[in-house]
Order: sequence, then C-alpha cells, then structure tokens
Amino acid sequence: MSIPLNWFLVVAAALFCIGLYGVLSRRNAIGILMGIELMLNAVNINLIAFWRYLDPARLTGQIFAVFVFAVAAAEVAVGLALVIAIYRNRDTVIIEEIDLLKE
Amino acid sequence: MLPVLIFAFASLVTLGAAVAVVTHKNILHSAFFLILAFVGVAAIYVLLEAPFLAVVQVLVYIGAIAILIVFAIMLTRRLMSEEMEQRNTQWLPSAIGALALFLVLGWIVYSAGWPAHEGAVPAEPIALMGQELLTTYLVPFEIASVLLLAALVGAILIGREKETRSAE
Repeated sequence: MSIPLNWFLVVAAALFCIGLYGVLSRRNAIGILMGIELMLNAVNINLIAFWRYLDPARLTGQIFAVFVFAVAAAEVAVGLALVIAIYRNRDTVIIEEIDLLKE
Repeated sequence: MLPVLIFAFASLVTLGAAVAVVTHKNILHSAFFLILAFVGVAAIYVLLEAPFLAVVQVLVYIGAIAILIVFAIMLTRRLMSEEMEQRNTQWLPSAIGALALFLVLGWIVYSAGWPAHEGAVPAEPIALMGQELLTTYLVPFEIASVLLLAALVGAILIGREKETRSAE
C-alpha cells in the first residue's frame, strides 16, 4: 500500500464539501438530490478507506458501506417520487416555490 | 508508483466531475457528470481492494440511481431551462461554508495520526461478507430489507397518478 490513508480521507472530504455546496446552492430539487448522492459517496470512501487501513481482517467497514448503498437507493427512490408528485400538483421543481407550510 | 498515478487520476476525475455536477447550468449534463463521478469513486474502491463494492457501485449508483435521476429530469425538464438561474441567493455563503468545512476536515485528518495497521485483506471477502451478513449483522440486514420494501411501496404510492372518478 503505497498510498497514505490521509489522501483518501482528503479526497472524501473534498467530495463531501462539493456535495454540501450543491445541496445548499441548487434551486432545482433534483440538483439537491444529486448533491446528497455525492455526499453519500464521500462517506462510503471514508468507510472503506478506514476498513482497509485500520481493520482489514474483519469486513465491518465494507458491510457498513453496503448498508449505505441500500439506504441511498431507498432515499433516492422516495425523494424522486416526491419531486414528481410535487411537480404534478404544483407544477414546479424549484425548491423556493414549494412553501406550502409557510402560507 | 502506478497506484499513486491511478489514484491521482481517479480522484481528479471524481472531484472535477463533482464540481461540474454542482455548478453546471444544464441539469441533464449535471446528471451525466454525476455518472462520471460515480465511475471515479468505483476506481477508488478498486484501489482500496474492495472490488465487490466497486461492482455494486456501478450496478446500484450508475445502473439504478443515476438512471432514475435522468428519468426524473426528463419528466420535469421543460421547467428548468438553461437560461434560468440555477443557484439560489445564498450560494456564496454556502460556498464559503463548504470551503471552511473542507479546511477543518483536512486539518483534522492531518492532525489525528491514525493508528494504521498494514494487514492483509481476507482471502475470500465476498464469502466472508455473506456469512457476516447472515450471522453478526442479521438484524440490520433484515431491517434494511424492510426499509427497501417500505421505500418501494412509498415511492409507488407517492408517485402514482391520482385515479379519476369520471370512469364510474
């Protein structure tokens, strides 16, 4: 293993922060979901890097990453169904215009 | 030396594609850059000697999640043309906050001093993972399957077209 653990962690941190910027700055609800996917990928890189460098004999980190995959799939399915339902009822996907609770 | 080069290439592709995902004006192009970012992350998994997860990454993220996102963009496309402003009013504070978080995380990573063990990966990781999932992690495994079922039913219920009563 010639690559230090820190490099993986820094790449994952950068990916997480890029995703965070996308979540906070996008107006399109689907753009926000894409940012969340980037953040989840960054978390997975972290989990697998820690598994490989700190505890490779047991597969705890990999199994945790598999659960993150499952939750991400569930999250994006429900999230996109919500976006489609809102689009159908309110005719918009811009997050600022979805303010039913404020009115 | 070769792993370092592959790592540098994969992380540059991933981070460049990720920046394009969050900044591109055309949301459909963003979705395609998202696929490229997922491929880069899969390459990083291979470098970390987790080839099974790399395959799952391609199957689940590219094969299911990215395609689902492209579908959703196609269904809602005419409302978000390229001329519209894609950023909200708080994008600059968000960028500063994200950059600050990155600096803090980088400082933590480099000052922590992780106790690295140079151990070997198990000979048959997939078989071991299957055993672990059905013994040690049986309860989380079952909860995950219930979660997926609930998400499936919920997505169908939320996304379903309302039935019109005129047919009666």
